[in-house]
Amino acid sequence: MQAVLPVAALAAWGLWSARADNFFFPPLGDILATFKETWVFSRFGSDALPSLERVAAGYGSAVLLGVGGGLLIGSSPVVRRLTDPIVEFLRAVPPPALIPFAIALLGIGGSMRVFVIATGCVWPILLNTVDGVRGLDPTLVETARVYGIRGWDRLRAVTLPAASPRIFAGLRLALSLALILMVISEMEGSTNGIGFFILQSQRSFAIPEMWSGILLLGLLGFLVNAAFVVCERRLLRWHRSAFQSVLEAPEAAPA
Amino acid sequence: MLEVRGVRKAYGETVAIADLSFRVEAAEFVCIVGPSGCGKTTLMKCISGLLATSAGEVILHGERITAPPPQMALVFQEYGRSLFPWMSVRQNVIFPLRRKGLPAPEQRRLSEESLEAVGLTGFADHYPWQLSGGMQQRVAIARALAYQPEILLMDEPFASVDAQTRADLEDLLLRVWQEFKVTVLFVTHDIDESIYLADRVLVLAPRPTRVQESISVAIARPRDQVETKGLPQFGELRARIYNLIRRQDGDGGARPKGSAPDGF
Repeated sequence: MQAVLPVAALAAWGLWSARADNFFFPPLGDILATFKETWVFSRFGSDALPSLERVAAGYGSAVLLGVGGGLLIGSSPVVRRLTDPIVEFLRAVPPPALIPFAIALLGIGGSMRVFVIATGCVWPILLNTVDGVRGLDPTLVETARVYGIRGWDRLRAVTLPAASPRIFAGLRLALSLALILMVISEMEGSTNGIGFFILQSQRSFAIPEMWSGILLLGLLGFLVNAAFVVCERRLLRWHRSAFQSVLEAPEAAPA
Repeated sequence: MLEVRGVRKAYGETVAIADLSFRVEAAEFVCIVGPSGCGKTTLMKCISGLLATSAGEVILHGERITAPPPQMALVFQEYGRSLFPWMSVRQNVIFPLRRKGLPAPEQRRLSEESLEAVGLTGFADHYPWQLSGGMQQRVAIARALAYQPEILLMDEPFASVDAQTRADLEDLLLRVWQEFKVTVLFVTHDIDESIYLADRVLVLAPRPTRVQESISVAIARPRDQVETKGLPQFGELRARIYNLIRRQDGDGGARPKGSAPDGF
Protein backbone atom coordinates (compact mmCIF):
# COMPACT_ATOMS: atom_id res chain seq x y z
CA MET A 1 0.00 0.00 0.00
CA GLN A 2 2.66 2.47 1.11
CA ALA A 3 4.64 1.88 -2.08
CA VAL A 4 1.82 3.00 -4.41
CA LEU A 5 2.36 6.73 -4.23
CA PRO A 6 6.17 6.74 -4.51
CA VAL A 7 6.02 4.37 -7.50
CA ALA A 8 3.36 6.53 -9.14
CA ALA A 9 5.39 9.67 -8.54
CA LEU A 10 8.48 8.05 -9.98
CA ALA A 11 6.54 6.88 -13.04
CA ALA A 12 5.07 10.35 -13.55
CA TRP A 13 8.51 11.92 -13.29
CA GLY A 14 9.88 9.36 -15.75
CA LEU A 15 7.11 9.97 -18.29
CA TRP A 16 7.17 13.75 -17.97
CA SER A 17 10.96 14.13 -18.05
CA ALA A 18 11.28 11.82 -21.07
CA ARG A 19 9.20 14.25 -23.16
CA ALA A 20 10.05 17.52 -21.49
CA ASP A 21 13.29 18.05 -23.40
CA ASN A 22 14.39 20.41 -20.63
CA PHE A 23 18.10 20.85 -19.97
CA PHE A 24 17.61 21.16 -16.22
CA PHE A 25 15.31 18.15 -16.00
CA PRO A 26 16.98 15.41 -18.03
CA PRO A 27 15.02 12.18 -18.63
CA LEU A 28 14.82 9.99 -15.55
CA GLY A 29 16.31 7.15 -17.56
CA ASP A 30 19.46 9.22 -18.17
CA ILE A 31 19.71 10.08 -14.49
CA LEU A 32 19.39 6.43 -13.49
CA ALA A 33 21.97 5.39 -16.06
CA THR A 34 24.32 8.08 -14.79
CA PHE A 35 23.60 7.02 -11.23
CA LYS A 36 24.63 3.48 -12.09
CA GLU A 37 27.78 4.61 -13.89
CA THR A 38 28.77 7.02 -11.15
CA TRP A 39 27.83 5.38 -7.88
CA VAL A 40 27.96 1.66 -8.69
CA PHE A 41 30.76 1.93 -7.81
CA SER A 42 33.28 4.07 -9.69
CA ARG A 43 32.99 7.20 -7.51
CA PHE A 44 31.50 5.53 -4.46
CA GLY A 45 34.90 5.06 -2.88
CA SER A 46 36.21 8.49 -3.83
CA ASP A 47 33.15 10.62 -2.93
CA ALA A 48 30.41 8.73 -1.09
CA LEU A 49 32.71 6.97 1.35
CA PRO A 50 34.53 10.12 2.57
CA SER A 51 31.14 11.76 3.11
CA LEU A 52 29.88 8.84 5.13
CA GLU A 53 33.06 8.77 7.19
CA ARG A 54 32.64 12.45 8.04
CA VAL A 55 29.04 11.93 9.05
CA ALA A 56 30.01 8.96 11.20
CA ALA A 57 32.86 10.83 12.91
CA GLY A 58 30.90 14.06 13.40
CA TYR A 59 27.70 12.41 14.52
CA GLY A 60 29.58 9.98 16.73
CA SER A 61 31.41 12.77 18.56
CA ALA A 62 28.14 14.68 18.91
CA VAL A 63 26.50 11.62 20.48
CA LEU A 64 29.33 11.15 22.97
CA LEU A 65 29.50 14.84 23.86
CA GLY A 66 25.75 15.40 23.86
CA VAL A 67 24.78 12.38 25.94
CA GLY A 68 27.76 12.71 28.28
CA GLY A 69 27.31 16.44 28.78
CA GLY A 70 23.54 16.06 29.01
CA LEU A 71 23.83 13.48 31.79
CA LEU A 72 26.20 15.75 33.67
CA ILE A 73 24.11 18.90 33.25
CA GLY A 74 20.80 17.13 33.84
CA SER A 75 21.94 15.45 37.06
CA SER A 76 23.05 18.62 38.79
CA PRO A 77 20.83 21.69 39.22
CA VAL A 78 23.92 23.79 39.93
CA VAL A 79 25.70 22.81 36.73
CA ARG A 80 22.45 23.35 34.87
CA ARG A 81 22.01 26.87 36.12
CA LEU A 82 25.62 27.67 35.33
CA THR A 83 25.59 26.30 31.80
CA ASP A 84 22.07 27.29 30.80
CA PRO A 85 22.88 30.72 29.27
CA ILE A 86 25.87 29.40 27.34
CA VAL A 87 23.95 26.44 25.98
CA GLU A 88 21.01 28.62 24.99
CA PHE A 89 23.33 30.97 23.12
CA LEU A 90 25.39 28.34 21.36
CA ARG A 91 22.41 26.31 20.21
CA ALA A 92 20.92 29.45 18.66
CA VAL A 93 23.93 29.89 16.37
CA PRO A 94 23.12 28.34 12.96
CA PRO A 95 25.82 25.69 12.47
CA PRO A 96 26.80 26.69 8.89
CA ALA A 97 27.79 30.07 10.33
CA LEU A 98 30.67 28.25 11.96
CA ILE A 99 32.16 27.09 8.65
CA PRO A 100 34.37 30.18 8.13
CA PHE A 101 35.59 29.86 11.70
CA ALA A 102 36.17 26.14 11.27
CA ILE A 103 38.18 26.78 8.11
CA ALA A 104 40.30 29.36 9.90
CA LEU A 105 40.82 26.97 12.77
CA LEU A 106 41.24 23.64 11.03
CA GLY A 107 41.87 24.46 7.38
CA ILE A 108 39.77 23.01 4.58
CA GLY A 109 40.43 19.35 5.29
CA GLY A 110 38.13 16.63 6.52
CA SER A 111 38.48 17.59 10.18
CA MET A 112 36.83 20.95 9.50
CA ARG A 113 33.78 19.15 8.12
CA VAL A 114 33.68 16.71 11.02
CA PHE A 115 33.86 19.68 13.36
CA VAL A 116 30.93 21.45 11.65
CA ILE A 117 28.79 18.31 11.74
CA ALA A 118 29.63 17.64 15.40
CA THR A 119 29.01 21.19 16.62
CA GLY A 120 25.70 21.30 14.78
CA CYS A 121 24.44 17.92 15.95
CA VAL A 122 25.45 18.14 19.58
CA TRP A 123 22.68 20.56 20.67
CA PRO A 124 19.52 18.59 20.03
CA ILE A 125 21.19 15.57 21.66
CA LEU A 126 22.43 17.55 24.65
CA LEU A 127 19.16 19.38 25.27
CA ASN A 128 17.03 16.28 24.97
CA THR A 129 19.35 14.35 27.28
CA VAL A 130 19.14 17.12 29.86
CA ASP A 131 15.34 17.10 29.64
CA GLY A 132 15.23 13.32 29.87
CA VAL A 133 17.39 13.27 32.99
CA ARG A 134 15.45 16.09 34.62
CA GLY A 135 12.16 14.40 33.88
CA LEU A 136 13.12 11.24 35.76
CA ASP A 137 10.20 9.87 37.75
CA PRO A 138 10.74 10.77 41.44
CA THR A 139 9.49 7.35 42.53
CA LEU A 140 12.15 5.74 40.39
CA VAL A 141 14.82 7.99 41.87
CA GLU A 142 13.65 7.19 45.40
CA THR A 143 13.59 3.48 44.66
CA ALA A 144 17.20 3.70 43.55
CA ARG A 145 18.10 5.60 46.72
CA VAL A 146 16.31 3.15 49.02
CA TYR A 147 18.24 0.27 47.50
CA GLY A 148 21.53 2.12 47.61
CA ILE A 149 21.94 2.20 43.83
CA ARG A 150 24.35 5.02 43.13
CA GLY A 151 27.30 6.20 41.10
CA TRP A 152 28.05 4.38 37.92
CA ASP A 153 25.39 1.71 38.54
CA ARG A 154 22.74 4.33 38.86
CA LEU A 155 23.88 6.22 35.78
CA ARG A 156 24.11 3.12 33.63
CA ALA A 157 21.11 1.15 34.81
CA VAL A 158 18.64 3.79 35.99
CA THR A 159 19.28 7.31 34.68
CA LEU A 160 20.39 6.42 31.17
CA PRO A 161 17.58 3.96 30.34
CA ALA A 162 14.95 6.17 31.99
CA ALA A 163 16.08 9.13 29.88
CA SER A 164 16.59 7.10 26.71
CA PRO A 165 13.22 7.83 25.05
CA ARG A 166 14.07 11.53 25.13
CA ILE A 167 17.68 10.91 24.15
CA PHE A 168 16.53 9.01 21.09
CA ALA A 169 14.28 11.89 20.07
CA GLY A 170 17.41 14.08 20.08
CA LEU A 171 19.52 11.50 18.26
CA ARG A 172 16.96 11.33 15.52
CA LEU A 173 16.82 15.09 15.02
CA ALA A 174 20.59 15.23 14.99
CA LEU A 175 20.85 12.50 12.38
CA SER A 176 19.02 14.44 9.68
CA LEU A 177 21.00 17.50 10.70
CA ALA A 178 24.24 15.55 10.23
CA LEU A 179 23.44 14.80 6.59
CA ILE A 180 22.48 18.41 5.90
CA LEU A 181 25.67 19.72 7.46
CA MET A 182 27.73 17.17 5.61
CA VAL A 183 26.47 18.48 2.26
CA ILE A 184 26.82 22.12 3.21
CA SER A 185 30.33 21.72 4.58
CA GLU A 186 31.41 19.81 1.48
CA MET A 187 30.32 22.64 -0.79
CA GLU A 188 33.01 24.83 0.72
CA GLY A 189 36.60 24.33 -0.37
CA SER A 190 36.33 20.60 -0.75
CA THR A 191 37.97 18.17 -3.14
CA ASN A 192 35.72 15.21 -2.64
CA GLY A 193 32.43 14.14 -1.08
CA ILE A 194 28.85 13.98 -2.30
CA GLY A 195 28.21 17.68 -1.65
CA PHE A 196 31.35 18.55 -3.61
CA PHE A 197 30.30 16.23 -6.42
CA ILE A 198 26.86 17.82 -6.74
CA LEU A 199 28.27 21.33 -6.84
CA GLN A 200 31.06 20.33 -9.22
CA SER A 201 28.61 18.63 -11.61
CA GLN A 202 26.37 21.65 -11.64
CA ARG A 203 29.30 23.95 -12.38
CA SER A 204 30.38 21.79 -15.31
CA PHE A 205 26.81 21.53 -16.60
CA ALA A 206 26.74 17.81 -15.95
CA ILE A 207 23.10 17.96 -14.94
CA PRO A 208 22.36 14.20 -14.92
CA GLU A 209 25.42 13.74 -12.66
CA MET A 210 24.14 16.46 -10.36
CA TRP A 211 20.77 14.75 -10.15
CA SER A 212 22.40 11.39 -9.50
CA GLY A 213 24.16 12.92 -6.48
CA ILE A 214 20.91 14.32 -5.15
CA LEU A 215 19.28 10.94 -5.66
CA LEU A 216 22.11 9.28 -3.76
CA LEU A 217 21.67 11.70 -0.86
CA GLY A 218 17.98 10.97 -0.66
CA LEU A 219 18.67 7.28 -0.76
CA LEU A 220 21.36 7.48 1.93
CA GLY A 221 19.14 9.58 4.17
CA PHE A 222 16.37 7.07 3.80
CA LEU A 223 18.63 4.09 4.58
CA VAL A 224 20.37 5.73 7.52
CA ASN A 225 17.05 6.68 9.02
CA ALA A 226 15.66 3.20 8.50
CA ALA A 227 18.68 1.69 10.27
CA PHE A 228 18.17 4.17 13.10
CA VAL A 229 14.52 3.21 13.49
CA VAL A 230 15.46 -0.47 13.70
CA CYS A 231 17.93 0.29 16.51
CA GLU A 232 15.46 2.51 18.31
CA ARG A 233 12.70 -0.08 18.16
CA ARG A 234 14.95 -2.72 19.58
CA LEU A 235 16.39 -0.58 22.38
CA LEU A 236 13.14 1.09 23.37
CA ARG A 237 10.94 -1.97 23.10
CA TRP A 238 10.18 -1.74 26.82
CA HIS A 239 9.10 1.86 26.42
CA ARG A 240 6.64 1.28 23.61
CA SER A 241 5.23 -1.82 25.26
CA ALA A 242 4.90 -0.21 28.68
CA PHE A 243 3.18 2.75 27.09
CA GLN A 244 0.83 0.54 25.14
CA SER A 245 -0.03 -1.60 28.14
CA VAL A 246 -1.06 1.56 30.00
CA LEU A 247 -3.28 2.60 27.12
CA GLU A 248 -4.84 -0.82 26.75
CA ALA A 249 -5.31 -1.52 30.44
CA PRO A 250 -9.04 -0.68 30.65
CA GLU A 251 -9.85 -2.84 27.64
CA ALA A 252 -7.71 -5.73 28.80
CA ALA A 253 -10.01 -6.49 31.73
CA PRO A 254 -12.33 -9.34 30.72
CA ALA A 255 -16.01 -8.48 31.00
CA MET B 1 14.59 -2.23 67.01
CA LEU B 2 13.20 0.88 65.32
CA GLU B 3 12.65 3.97 67.37
CA VAL B 4 11.09 7.20 66.17
CA ARG B 5 11.89 9.98 68.63
CA GLY B 6 10.20 13.33 68.49
CA VAL B 7 10.22 13.53 64.72
CA ARG B 8 9.06 16.81 63.29
CA LYS B 9 8.88 17.81 59.66
CA ALA B 10 8.02 21.28 58.51
CA TYR B 11 8.01 22.83 55.06
CA GLY B 12 8.64 26.47 55.81
CA GLU B 13 5.68 27.59 57.89
CA THR B 14 3.63 24.47 57.32
CA VAL B 15 4.11 21.73 59.87
CA ALA B 16 3.49 18.34 58.27
CA ILE B 17 4.49 16.26 61.29
CA ALA B 18 4.38 17.90 64.70
CA ASP B 19 6.02 15.54 67.14
CA LEU B 20 5.94 11.85 66.49
CA SER B 21 7.35 9.14 68.72
CA PHE B 22 6.87 5.38 68.71
CA ARG B 23 8.79 2.13 68.77
CA VAL B 24 8.62 -0.97 66.65
CA GLU B 25 9.90 -4.24 68.09
CA ALA B 26 11.71 -6.92 66.10
CA ALA B 27 9.39 -9.21 64.09
CA GLU B 28 6.43 -7.01 64.94
CA PHE B 29 3.79 -6.07 62.37
CA VAL B 30 2.77 -2.47 63.00
CA CYS B 31 0.21 -0.56 60.96
CA ILE B 32 -0.12 3.19 60.88
CA VAL B 33 -3.59 4.53 60.05
CA GLY B 34 -4.65 8.08 59.77
CA PRO B 35 -6.92 10.33 57.77
CA SER B 36 -5.75 11.09 54.26
CA GLY B 37 -3.39 14.04 54.04
CA CYS B 38 -2.05 13.56 57.55
CA GLY B 39 1.53 13.17 56.37
CA LYS B 40 1.83 9.40 56.27
CA THR B 41 4.00 9.41 53.18
CA THR B 42 6.16 12.19 54.59
CA LEU B 43 6.59 10.10 57.73
CA MET B 44 7.65 7.04 55.73
CA LYS B 45 10.19 9.09 53.84
CA CYS B 46 11.59 10.48 57.08
CA ILE B 47 11.87 7.01 58.58
CA SER B 48 13.54 5.56 55.50
CA GLY B 49 16.06 8.38 55.37
CA LEU B 50 14.82 9.71 52.02
CA LEU B 51 13.82 12.97 53.70
CA ALA B 52 15.71 14.76 56.42
CA THR B 53 13.67 15.47 59.56
CA SER B 54 13.32 19.02 60.86
CA ALA B 55 13.78 17.80 64.43
CA GLY B 56 13.99 14.50 66.26
CA GLU B 57 15.58 11.31 65.05
CA VAL B 58 14.93 7.84 63.75
CA ILE B 59 17.04 5.13 65.29
CA LEU B 60 17.52 1.65 63.86
CA HIS B 61 19.47 -0.75 66.06
CA GLY B 62 20.93 2.13 67.99
CA GLU B 63 22.10 3.96 64.89
CA ARG B 64 20.64 7.18 63.67
CA ILE B 65 19.22 7.03 60.14
CA THR B 66 20.47 9.78 57.84
CA ALA B 67 20.27 7.93 54.51
CA PRO B 68 18.43 4.76 53.47
CA PRO B 69 20.19 1.99 55.44
CA PRO B 70 20.93 -1.42 53.91
CA GLN B 71 18.79 -3.21 56.52
CA MET B 72 15.67 -1.48 55.29
CA ALA B 73 13.47 -1.90 52.22
CA LEU B 74 10.58 0.26 51.14
CA VAL B 75 7.60 -0.76 49.02
CA PHE B 76 5.86 2.15 47.33
CA GLN B 77 2.21 2.51 46.44
CA GLU B 78 3.06 3.24 42.82
CA TYR B 79 4.37 -0.19 41.85
CA GLY B 80 4.20 0.80 38.18
CA ARG B 81 6.69 3.61 38.71
CA SER B 82 8.89 1.91 41.24
CA LEU B 83 9.81 -1.09 39.07
CA PHE B 84 12.35 -0.56 36.30
CA PRO B 85 10.43 -1.20 33.07
CA TRP B 86 13.59 -1.92 31.06
CA MET B 87 14.55 -4.77 33.36
CA SER B 88 12.99 -8.21 33.50
CA VAL B 89 11.32 -9.31 36.72
CA ARG B 90 14.46 -11.20 37.73
CA GLN B 91 16.74 -8.25 36.96
CA ASN B 92 14.49 -5.98 38.99
CA VAL B 93 14.82 -8.30 41.98
CA ILE B 94 18.55 -8.92 41.60
CA PHE B 95 19.72 -5.41 40.80
CA PRO B 96 19.55 -3.97 44.35
CA LEU B 97 21.55 -6.95 45.63
CA ARG B 98 24.69 -5.51 44.05
CA ARG B 99 24.96 -3.20 47.02
CA LYS B 100 25.18 -6.21 49.30
CA GLY B 101 28.23 -7.56 47.48
CA LEU B 102 26.86 -11.09 47.29
CA PRO B 103 28.27 -13.64 44.82
CA ALA B 104 26.17 -14.17 41.70
CA PRO B 105 24.84 -17.65 42.59
CA GLU B 106 23.69 -16.32 45.95
CA GLN B 107 21.94 -13.39 44.27
CA ARG B 108 20.20 -15.78 41.96
CA ARG B 109 19.15 -18.05 44.80
CA LEU B 110 17.69 -15.11 46.75
CA SER B 111 15.76 -13.87 43.75
CA GLU B 112 14.34 -17.32 43.02
CA GLU B 113 13.41 -17.84 46.65
CA SER B 114 11.61 -14.52 46.95
CA LEU B 115 9.85 -14.84 43.59
CA GLU B 116 8.65 -18.27 44.67
CA ALA B 117 7.38 -16.81 47.95
CA VAL B 118 5.17 -14.35 46.06
CA GLY B 119 4.07 -16.97 43.53
CA LEU B 120 5.86 -15.57 40.49
CA THR B 121 8.33 -18.38 39.77
CA GLY B 122 7.29 -18.70 36.14
CA PHE B 123 7.47 -14.98 35.46
CA ALA B 124 11.14 -14.23 36.13
CA ASP B 125 11.84 -13.46 32.47
CA HIS B 126 8.74 -11.35 31.93
CA TYR B 127 8.83 -7.58 32.00
CA PRO B 128 6.83 -5.64 34.59
CA TRP B 129 4.51 -4.17 31.97
CA GLN B 130 3.52 -7.65 30.88
CA LEU B 131 2.03 -8.27 34.34
CA SER B 132 -1.16 -7.12 36.05
CA GLY B 133 -1.06 -4.48 38.78
CA GLY B 134 -1.28 -7.03 41.56
CA MET B 135 1.54 -9.08 40.06
CA GLN B 136 3.69 -5.98 39.68
CA GLN B 137 3.25 -5.20 43.35
CA ARG B 138 4.24 -8.81 44.11
CA VAL B 139 7.44 -8.20 42.14
CA ALA B 140 8.09 -5.12 44.28
CA ILE B 141 7.52 -7.24 47.41
CA ALA B 142 9.82 -9.97 46.09
CA ARG B 143 12.49 -7.36 45.41
CA ALA B 144 12.17 -6.07 48.96
CA LEU B 145 12.35 -9.60 50.42
CA ALA B 146 15.38 -10.62 48.35
CA TYR B 147 17.14 -7.57 49.75
CA GLN B 148 16.91 -9.31 53.14
CA PRO B 149 15.84 -6.28 55.15
CA GLU B 150 15.34 -6.46 58.87
CA ILE B 151 12.54 -3.98 58.53
CA LEU B 152 10.17 -3.60 55.63
CA LEU B 153 8.40 -0.26 55.21
CA MET B 154 5.26 -0.26 53.12
CA ASP B 155 3.55 2.95 52.05
CA GLU B 156 -0.08 2.18 51.18
CA PRO B 157 1.15 -0.66 48.97
CA PHE B 158 -2.28 -2.07 48.15
CA ALA B 159 -4.17 1.18 47.68
CA SER B 160 -4.26 1.04 43.90
CA VAL B 161 -5.33 -2.56 43.24
CA ASP B 162 -8.85 -3.97 43.13
CA ALA B 163 -10.53 -5.42 46.23
CA GLN B 164 -10.01 -9.10 45.45
CA THR B 165 -6.34 -8.62 44.57
CA ARG B 166 -5.94 -6.56 47.68
CA ALA B 167 -7.26 -9.36 49.92
CA ASP B 168 -4.92 -11.83 48.20
CA LEU B 169 -1.95 -9.52 48.64
CA GLU B 170 -2.75 -9.03 52.33
CA ASP B 171 -2.73 -12.78 52.90
CA LEU B 172 0.44 -13.13 50.87
CA LEU B 173 2.11 -10.44 52.94
CA LEU B 174 1.14 -12.11 56.23
CA ARG B 175 2.56 -15.39 54.93
CA VAL B 176 5.92 -13.96 53.84
CA TRP B 177 6.15 -11.85 57.00
CA GLN B 178 6.16 -15.05 59.04
CA GLU B 179 8.25 -17.02 56.58
CA PHE B 180 10.99 -14.37 56.30
CA LYS B 181 10.72 -13.22 59.95
CA VAL B 182 10.92 -9.58 58.96
CA THR B 183 9.62 -6.57 60.88
CA VAL B 184 6.92 -4.69 59.00
CA LEU B 185 5.81 -1.07 59.31
CA PHE B 186 2.77 -0.65 57.11
CA VAL B 187 0.99 2.60 56.33
CA THR B 188 -2.64 2.55 55.20
CA HIS B 189 -5.78 4.65 55.32
CA ASP B 190 -7.94 1.52 55.39
CA ILE B 191 -8.96 0.69 58.98
CA ASP B 192 -10.01 -2.90 58.20
CA GLU B 193 -6.71 -3.57 56.49
CA SER B 194 -4.75 -2.25 59.44
CA ILE B 195 -6.59 -4.44 61.96
CA TYR B 196 -6.46 -7.51 59.75
CA LEU B 197 -2.70 -7.28 59.28
CA ALA B 198 -1.26 -5.79 62.42
CA ASP B 199 -0.09 -6.78 65.87
CA ARG B 200 -0.50 -3.15 66.78
CA VAL B 201 -2.19 -0.19 65.12
CA LEU B 202 -0.91 3.35 65.56
CA VAL B 203 -3.69 5.87 64.98
CA LEU B 204 -2.44 9.24 63.81
CA ALA B 205 -4.09 12.57 64.40
CA PRO B 206 -4.40 14.89 61.40
CA ARG B 207 -1.97 17.73 60.73
CA PRO B 208 0.03 18.60 62.58
CA THR B 209 0.52 14.87 62.80
CA ARG B 210 1.17 12.99 66.02
CA VAL B 211 0.37 9.52 67.35
CA GLN B 212 -3.04 9.62 68.94
CA GLU B 213 -3.24 6.09 70.23
CA SER B 214 -1.48 2.77 69.98
CA ILE B 215 -3.94 -0.12 69.87
CA SER B 216 -2.92 -3.77 70.28
CA VAL B 217 -4.71 -6.23 68.05
CA ALA B 218 -5.03 -9.41 70.11
CA ILE B 219 -6.63 -11.48 67.37
CA ALA B 220 -5.14 -14.95 66.92
CA ARG B 221 -3.17 -15.87 63.81
CA PRO B 222 -3.44 -17.25 61.21
CA ARG B 223 -6.14 -14.84 60.24
CA ASP B 224 -8.79 -15.35 57.63
CA GLN B 225 -10.40 -12.72 55.43
CA VAL B 226 -13.93 -13.90 56.23
CA GLU B 227 -13.69 -15.34 59.74
CA THR B 228 -11.37 -12.76 61.27
CA LYS B 229 -13.31 -9.83 59.89
CA GLY B 230 -16.52 -11.39 61.26
CA LEU B 231 -15.23 -11.62 64.85
CA PRO B 232 -16.90 -9.34 67.42
CA GLN B 233 -13.42 -8.29 68.52
CA PHE B 234 -12.69 -7.09 64.98
CA GLY B 235 -15.89 -5.05 64.94
CA GLU B 236 -15.04 -3.44 68.27
CA LEU B 237 -11.57 -2.45 67.13
CA ARG B 238 -12.92 -1.08 63.90
CA ALA B 239 -15.49 1.05 65.75
CA ARG B 240 -12.85 2.29 68.16
CA ILE B 241 -10.38 3.34 65.48
CA TYR B 242 -13.12 4.75 63.30
CA ASN B 243 -14.34 6.94 66.16
CA LEU B 244 -10.83 8.14 66.85
CA ILE B 245 -10.35 9.22 63.27
CA ARG B 246 -13.84 10.68 62.90
CA ARG B 247 -13.52 12.65 66.09
CA GLN B 248 -10.39 14.28 64.72
CA ASP B 249 -12.12 15.15 61.51
CA GLY B 250 -15.02 16.60 63.49
CA ASP B 251 -13.16 18.99 65.75
CA GLY B 252 -12.57 22.19 63.88
CA GLY B 253 -12.18 20.30 60.64
CA ALA B 254 -10.06 23.06 59.17
CA ARG B 255 -7.10 21.23 57.74
CA PRO B 256 -4.75 23.19 55.55
CA LYS B 257 -5.40 22.11 52.00
CA GLY B 258 -2.53 21.37 49.67
CA SER B 259 -0.21 23.34 51.87
CA ALA B 260 2.61 20.88 51.80
CA PRO B 261 3.52 18.03 49.51
CA ASP B 262 2.22 14.77 50.87
CA GLY B 263 3.26 11.97 48.64
CA PHE B 264 3.90 12.38 44.99
